[in-house]
Amino acid sequence: MNPGAADDPGAETPGAWPAFSSLLEDSAEDLYESAPCGYLSTLMDGTIAKINATLLGWLGLSREEVVGRKRFSDLLTVGGRLYHETHFAPLLRMQGHLGGVALEMRTAAGPRLPVLVTSTLKRGPDGEPLLIRTTVFDATDRRSYEQELLRARRAADEAREQAEADRAQLREALAVLQRSLLPATLPDLPGVETAGYYHPASPTELGGDFYDLFELDDTRTAFFLGDVCGKGPQAAAVTSLTRYTLRAAMIQDADPADNLRILNRALMARYTGDDPRYCTAVAGVFERVGDTLTVRLASGGHPPALVLRADGTAEFLSTRGGMLVGVLPAAQFVEVRTVLRPGDTLLLYTDGLTEARVGPGRELYGYEALLEFATARAPAGSRALVDAFTGLLRDFGDGLDDDTALLAIGVPATP
Amino acid sequence: MSILRRNNVRVTGATTGRPVVLVHGFGCDQNMWRLVEPLLAEDHPLVLFDYVGAGRSDLSAWQEDRYSSLDGYARDLVEVCEELDLRDAVVVGHSVSSMTGVLAAAAAPERIGALVMVCPSPRYIDEDGYRGGFSAEDIEELLESLESNYLGWSATMAPVIMGNPDRPELGEELTNSFCATDPDIARVFARTTFLSDSRKDLETVTVPTLILECEQDVIAPREVGAYVHAAVPGSELVTLDAVGHCPQLSAPEATASAISAFLSPGVR
Repeated sequence: MNPGAADDPGAETPGAWPAFSSLLEDSAEDLYESAPCGYLSTLMDGTIAKINATLLGWLGLSREEVVGRKRFSDLLTVGGRLYHETHFAPLLRMQGHLGGVALEMRTAAGPRLPVLVTSTLKRGPDGEPLLIRTTVFDATDRRSYEQELLRARRAADEAREQAEADRAQLREALAVLQRSLLPATLPDLPGVETAGYYHPASPTELGGDFYDLFELDDTRTAFFLGDVCGKGPQAAAVTSLTRYTLRAAMIQDADPADNLRILNRALMARYTGDDPRYCTAVAGVFERVGDTLTVRLASGGHPPALVLRADGTAEFLSTRGGMLVGVLPAAQFVEVRTVLRPGDTLLLYTDGLTEARVGPGRELYGYEALLEFATARAPAGSRALVDAFTGLLRDFGDGLDDDTALLAIGVPATP
Repeated sequence: MSILRRNNVRVTGATTGRPVVLVHGFGCDQNMWRLVEPLLAEDHPLVLFDYVGAGRSDLSAWQEDRYSSLDGYARDLVEVCEELDLRDAVVVGHSVSSMTGVLAAAAAPERIGALVMVCPSPRYIDEDGYRGGFSAEDIEELLESLESNYLGWSATMAPVIMGNPDRPELGEELTNSFCATDPDIARVFARTTFLSDSRKDLETVTVPTLILECEQDVIAPREVGAYVHAAVPGSELVTLDAVGHCPQLSAPEATASAISAFLSPGVR
């Protein structure tokens, strides 16, 4: 093109450059016949009226074999023909245009030719359909690319399904393991109401909280509740060791502080050197005397137990000074005693409760709020109290990000 | 979910007269009837709907097990008739829906009083002396064709099936084009349609039946039309001067006048 003529508006029109056009040695006829795509025109019943040389070449057919003798759908595979009749033809009738449809054509030599087809309906002056014009693009490369994509998609789908199945299986295994760290049910004791609850922080991760409650003899019952540092399988292993050590120790000897010392030795012996593992725990024994329970409990670094009294008050049983279990060989554990009378309830909990984040400032829930909540519900039986706290935990929503265990022991109020 | 909403039911045409239910077949939706609709609208109340899974039906109501047999589609038809409390309706079923109509008429005889089968075929696959026109391999090929077309539908469809829920404009574009279907649903409908065998059901037809076939139809060839005619007791067969499988689009006047003639009071 003459660069100097760019400013002249007439310069771009073909008529202005007949010589340029003729340089291409192109004509509409040649463009039709030898276009880089297939062209065909059919009557409304599909009979082929016109077809270009490019498409005839692709199909290996002569013009005589095709024009007036074959319909467009005759050029397709059987599956393509069904598709044509059920989708292509009706859509074309309704929309007057249809683009980018993937079909396969049958070639005389045998191999199938994947194509992309676009058709438009030519209408007469009164809008009546006259003929269908169709362009056909060779889509061999594109089709193999698409098939690769489809294959990849199927593989990804299968992998995802497998991963989901594996995950479900893992979750189930974790749930079974988690349940093994807690008593299936609490024993039914005459004159005593007990209730427990465990909130796992995540369905895919084992928690480190534990509790248990079991009869020692006709009048005495042992119980404990604690929290192992960390989460996951390592913590679960410590939890398992802790639970069974405490249980065995308490069956032997009902002195709560001694039991924590035995646990301290067991943890230190098992987890040495650079992998120390520790826990906080409350262990105790209660004895039924008349219609009261005499409770002795010892704490190792665990938040103080709560007591709700029949008169509507609530208080912490301070065990300040008790040390973490499993850290120091000569750890100190603090023992405390109380008596539960009819209408009194003792509540043990783990720090998931007090360390939940609440409010817009996401502040720690804390001991003060806990005491307030308990006071507002006192007096309360064990079941009712655990239900109230379960509701509170639920209300924390995502502010509760740790496991939480609850264990309540109470003497039902006398009617 | 109301049935009317679930099946995108549309009631149009005359306010009195014998109701005609126009039922689409595999591959499209109630739009298939739009050229015939005005021709029948003067004399009949018309009911159009989309099967669950097709057109603008409620896709969330689709269940694979229900729509894996023609009974599931027949239940849609019966439920639409019940919802509108139709009596003695004429069910005009295209293609596979001719067979759906047979099942529905057996299930709700008080509601369906006549059948019009447009290009019916009770069995597409050749078998023991029966010629349906296709082999099992052909049907597999159709399913492949469907699959590659949901890729090839094409530049628009490919990103959709590759899973791009973050590009809702693609879905929008598709719902605006006629007869776009969820590929998984289309596959189930295709299998149900082309692998079904309703030959035994034809003998159960007790209502007046008109069979419309096309001069040339690769899906339901004339020998299949003759088979259906022979199998349905007392049926009437009309061959339309039309090519293809969708005379309601390629020859709407002939299709509508054949239906009108069949239903005109003097004749029936």
